[in-house]
Amino acid sequence: MSAIDPDDLQQHRSYLLRYAILQLRDPHLAEDAVQETLIAAIEGRSKFTAQSSLRTWLVGILKHKILDMLRKRAREPQLNVAEGEDENELVDALFKENGRWASPPQTWNEPEQAMENAHFWEVFEQCNRHMPLNSARAFMMREFMEMTTDEICQELSISTTNCWVILHRARLALRECLDLNWFGNAR
Amino acid sequence: MSHLMDCKHNTELLSQSQDRPLTWRERMAMRMHLMMCKGCRNFEKQLAIIRKAAQELTRKL
Repeated sequence: MSAIDPDDLQQHRSYLLRYAILQLRDPHLAEDAVQETLIAAIEGRSKFTAQSSLRTWLVGILKHKILDMLRKRAREPQLNVAEGEDENELVDALFKENGRWASPPQTWNEPEQAMENAHFWEVFEQCNRHMPLNSARAFMMREFMEMTTDEICQELSISTTNCWVILHRARLALRECLDLNWFGNAR
Repeated sequence: MSHLMDCKHNTELLSQSQDRPLTWRERMAMRMHLMMCKGCRNFEKQLAIIRKAAQELTRKL
């Protein structure tokens, strides 16, 4: 008897789908990734050991599927957008010529309470979606898939320095977006 | 010390400290700057909040 019931797999479906959408930003691709994950899980169910939770195991499979799709997509020329000018523009707008903040960050009040609030998570997901594509891709790999910068550099075929720059821009963009749409409102 | 009052440079260091170990010199420069700059102290805290939120989100989806 197998350790996994296909019905159990279905229960994790919506979680996996949201995870994949966050990373792939394309509901159809995400749907495919999840479908492939569930098929792989059913085919490979004998490999599942109760040492990890079923969800953790599924997410592990899904991460591979997502990376496969990102690789495929990176080979499609139309999505190989050049390093976004808009990303530089953001940095230029945030700092004055002498390197000081144009408008220094203000305190964020009660971040713990924000994380208890469903609306905060909507804003957070939206801010993630609105990041420029290159930034978002690297940031997701770093913060959601918990890859190291070395792994990300390899995956995206970029230099380590470039990787740090891209991750930094992603954090600046996300910080701005959260400040504008959430924390700033409380002030 | 030319970077001492440079917030733009300092935010790069703060961000990179989440991705690699900084050198001793970089850490010193960063600490010095943070002592004098409230904006960057706030930025430092906010980076930590963002990382925590990202980790929390994967659990919450």
